[in-house]
Amino acid sequence: MPNITIDGQTLEVKEGDNILQACLNAGLDLPYFCWHPAMGSIGSCRQCALVQYQNPSDERGRIVMGCMTQVTDGARFSLDANNAVEFREAVVESLMLNHPHDCPVCAEGGECHLQDMTVMVGHRDRRYRGKKNTHRNQYLGPLIHHEMNRCITCYRCERFYRDYAGGTDLGAQASRDRLYFGRQQDGILESEFSGNLVEVCPTGVFTDKPFLADFSRKWDLQSAPSICGGCGVGCNIAPGERYGRLKRVHNRYHNDINGYFICDRGRFGNSYVNADQRIDYAGIQDADGRFTAVDQASAIDTAGVWLKSAKIGGIGSPRASLEANFLLQTWVGADQFSSGIADIERATVDRQLQILQSTRAINPSIKQMELADAVLILGEDLTHTAARVALALRQAVRNKSLAMAKQMGLPSWQDAAVRNLAQDALSPLFVVTSYTSRLDDIAQRTVTLAPDEIAEFGRQLAARLQGEPAQSPLIEELASSLAAAERPLIISGSSMLQSNIIDAGAAIAEALCLDNPQTMLSLTAPESNTVGAAMLAHANNLSLEGMVERAVELDVLVILENDLTRRLDAVSMQKLVDSGTKIIALDVIENATVEHANMVLPAASFAESQGTLINHEGRAQRFFPVFPPAEQRLPSWQWLLQLAALSGNSQLAALTQFDQVVDACAASQPAFAHLNEVAPDRRFRDRGQKIPRQTHRYSGRTAINAGVSVHEPQQPVDHETPLAFSMEGLNRDQPSTLIPFVWSPGWNSNHALQKFQAEVDGPLKGGHSGVHVLVSSANGIDHPGAAVGNAPTDLWQLVPVHRLHGSEELSARSDEIAELAGDAFIALNAETAGQLEVAEGDRLKVIANGDSVSLAVKIVDRMAVGCAGYSYGYAATRGLIAGAGADLQRDTDWRPPQPSLIATDRQSMAVDRGSPHV
Amino acid sequence: MLSQLRTLWEIFKHSFTKSETVQYPEQMPYLAPRYRGRIVLTRDPDGEERCVACNLCAAVCPVDCIALQKDTRDDGTWYPEFFRINFSRCIMCGMCEEACPTYAIQLTPDFEMCEYDRQNMVYEKEHLLINGVGKYPDYNFYRVSGLKTASKDKGEAHNETTPIDTKSLLP
Repeated sequence: MPNITIDGQTLEVKEGDNILQACLNAGLDLPYFCWHPAMGSIGSCRQCALVQYQNPSDERGRIVMGCMTQVTDGARFSLDANNAVEFREAVVESLMLNHPHDCPVCAEGGECHLQDMTVMVGHRDRRYRGKKNTHRNQYLGPLIHHEMNRCITCYRCERFYRDYAGGTDLGAQASRDRLYFGRQQDGILESEFSGNLVEVCPTGVFTDKPFLADFSRKWDLQSAPSICGGCGVGCNIAPGERYGRLKRVHNRYHNDINGYFICDRGRFGNSYVNADQRIDYAGIQDADGRFTAVDQASAIDTAGVWLKSAKIGGIGSPRASLEANFLLQTWVGADQFSSGIADIERATVDRQLQILQSTRAINPSIKQMELADAVLILGEDLTHTAARVALALRQAVRNKSLAMAKQMGLPSWQDAAVRNLAQDALSPLFVVTSYTSRLDDIAQRTVTLAPDEIAEFGRQLAARLQGEPAQSPLIEELASSLAAAERPLIISGSSMLQSNIIDAGAAIAEALCLDNPQTMLSLTAPESNTVGAAMLAHANNLSLEGMVERAVELDVLVILENDLTRRLDAVSMQKLVDSGTKIIALDVIENATVEHANMVLPAASFAESQGTLINHEGRAQRFFPVFPPAEQRLPSWQWLLQLAALSGNSQLAALTQFDQVVDACAASQPAFAHLNEVAPDRRFRDRGQKIPRQTHRYSGRTAINAGVSVHEPQQPVDHETPLAFSMEGLNRDQPSTLIPFVWSPGWNSNHALQKFQAEVDGPLKGGHSGVHVLVSSANGIDHPGAAVGNAPTDLWQLVPVHRLHGSEELSARSDEIAELAGDAFIALNAETAGQLEVAEGDRLKVIANGDSVSLAVKIVDRMAVGCAGYSYGYAATRGLIAGAGADLQRDTDWRPPQPSLIATDRQSMAVDRGSPHV
Repeated sequence: MLSQLRTLWEIFKHSFTKSETVQYPEQMPYLAPRYRGRIVLTRDPDGEERCVACNLCAAVCPVDCIALQKDTRDDGTWYPEFFRINFSRCIMCGMCEEACPTYAIQLTPDFEMCEYDRQNMVYEKEHLLINGVGKYPDYNFYRVSGLKTASKDKGEAHNETTPIDTKSLLP
């Protein structure tokens, strides 16, 4: 470890780091703009200047850029030297020449890196009296607001969007001080990671558009550590609330999972929490089918009558917390419980779990995936099924360039130099899917096969890796690349709803493991707690179809946060409704299942409750309530405890607090033994106080409620978590699971994160968060499943096409995501479309299982022969089943739906409402 | 003895000095225009609300008696959807006025705020907003700021060039 001297202070620094990293690691505040811990240095902003001295007798030194200078043993630097201080101030002054005077109306204000750096260098007065440059803004879609005047040309947006996230439609344009960052023309940003521009931009050029519409300053947001419910990856998020509304979601750093970035579903897909369709009150359905709102007490009374010595069944949910699922299963009994996962999916998920419990391969975190030097994707369009993994793979393919750089002696953070050296050289990535994947652009080879053929292809590849002769040159190519890799990674998952693909992926990983213990196998999970629900499952559990059959024997059926119409076909759903059993549905938002319930109980959303979710790698993580549940809502676990007590369940009657539920769940099976270590319990105190959810400058305490009553209520007390609905306490030195927001004196932006990290881009000071509950026995996988050869011959095989925006249930209820999701479609390749004589946008009737759905045609580059893709998870495609055969016919009768308002109506409505300018 | 006589003399002397007592409220005291009294929200010279809901007044308020929510007009300008001051908490320190970047929030020479019901001390925007510019007759934030508004295109604000043509190839 080299020693360097900065202003007389000797520091031991990490070999190969640059001075900027070394300074930040030492807690020294050196201003910077263009450097980003995940994206390295390019030395474009000239802000991190300091003085380097040649030798011990050098008094004058020379100015160097911290981010571009590698540490060397014995080097001597100065941050405080006059010329360095003046230089840094001059850089900010020059950046501020054209920066507009609009901080008050800028959504970045208060968490702006440019504001922080300007204050840090001491620049105050603008001396230049010339005019400021202005730019036209662009429309960039419903998620990102563009205000180009504020740009300081640090190039971070382009480097993230193009270099890091692989986007193609945003970049630098024009020359000299005309420099412009935007699209070629107005339009929706194509990247699924565009939301990160909000956090990457050091100033307010790119801001969060939905947040801007209902804006609050960072200091006014009440935040809590939370886990994204968008997919099975379990990214850490920090949602912020004010006035009882969830305002925005920011990335919350987790070294092993999401790092600095999350996908747009995670960032923008949570506004359903504020939707009008949220369930506020308990409702009891009358004879005429309408619901009467009742308060909590009378709902419980009525439920008590229903539950008295009744036979009760329960349906859990892969999007509800582990604790809620556990309570429901314990209450109703394992043999009256269904995990609530559709049967077709249950088979793949169960198989997935078996594989992960026995594989010899490493089950990697996303951080480990980024280190892979050869990747094989089987059957997954990862950008749409586990977006954050796809972003990691875009970094993994750069490992070849990093290896080249290492050979040349170039440090990996020399971003421009490394990219220049590598040019188009990428580590091998193979995509074997049924249709176009968003990672095709970085793939060395894409293979288009029908789902069963993917499984067969995988089996042949595994056989080749075990020493049998290759069946084709393609298999030979893949096999030799994977065998030559130091850290090969095989990714598969359940998105195709076929367990034989997962088996094939596992077989390849097992075959590679024979020679290479560094082999990684990752399987994506469809929903936030699918793995948790599968682990909780008991052998006696009913399947979902089995529960439909059993329903007639039950008096009461409790459905936990699950819209069964997404998982059951219409006939089964009707059968369940007609079974005569009384249905009690707990859910956060109105849906088709809730409409059929005899009683609806308003459940708190993820932002108002706590629980544990188990992600695709088997890591249990805790989310905490951001704000207390409004109206009559209660967290599901509290509803279930109350209901269980009513039915006289003695085992659960003793439980009252969340921590007790966690303990009971931990005791329920050996895998969950460490569940209570996922996060500190409610008794945790930091210097005698709870961790504050509010910033120390949370404003308006004595005025927020004054409109209702001037007599100020006590702050809500949180009896269940180590966090407080208060600004009292310290947001410092706590375990990483309990960091609600990042802030440090002088660092108001999200760059304050480095004060919470043990080292730049390293783990958090508070240690690792989350507990691995899924540990592999490493005995090897028993037997690969038998080939399923049910491909229909004369019909089109339906394959599910996943969309980041639209396929997930709850995020699709957010306005912006719904806008991006668009209408359901049927995806064909150009050849098939020609055969059927249809063009993009035409309508096709999809006739399957006696049902007919009219869908718009979408032409994709790749689609396996004989297959047609349907947009998965959309309301219109609910009747379609993955793998089923369908007949496609041109729909000539279809007419676009009439607009509900005609233009003159809209005008007259505007007159009625009056102008907002008055 | 001497001191008692001196006290009597001093008190006797006061019978001939001018009284300091002001007969308030019949006699109103002079309050300087800069006096820190009841808070108002002013309008710009064009008659639009000056407040852009930047939240700085709320942040700087030592008793946290200001709460507001930002909203956006059709032309993209910001304004407070609601603006509430709890005067039963306000200490008239004037820091909100100092913090205000648009001269919207101003303190006035009026301290006569007495209510039998404390709830009436809670002022909403309709109570705070006046039809005038207050102490700063000329300032209009949106004339200075870079944000485009209905009445001002990009480049038309104070000290701005016309928007850059990114297609230009001139050196």
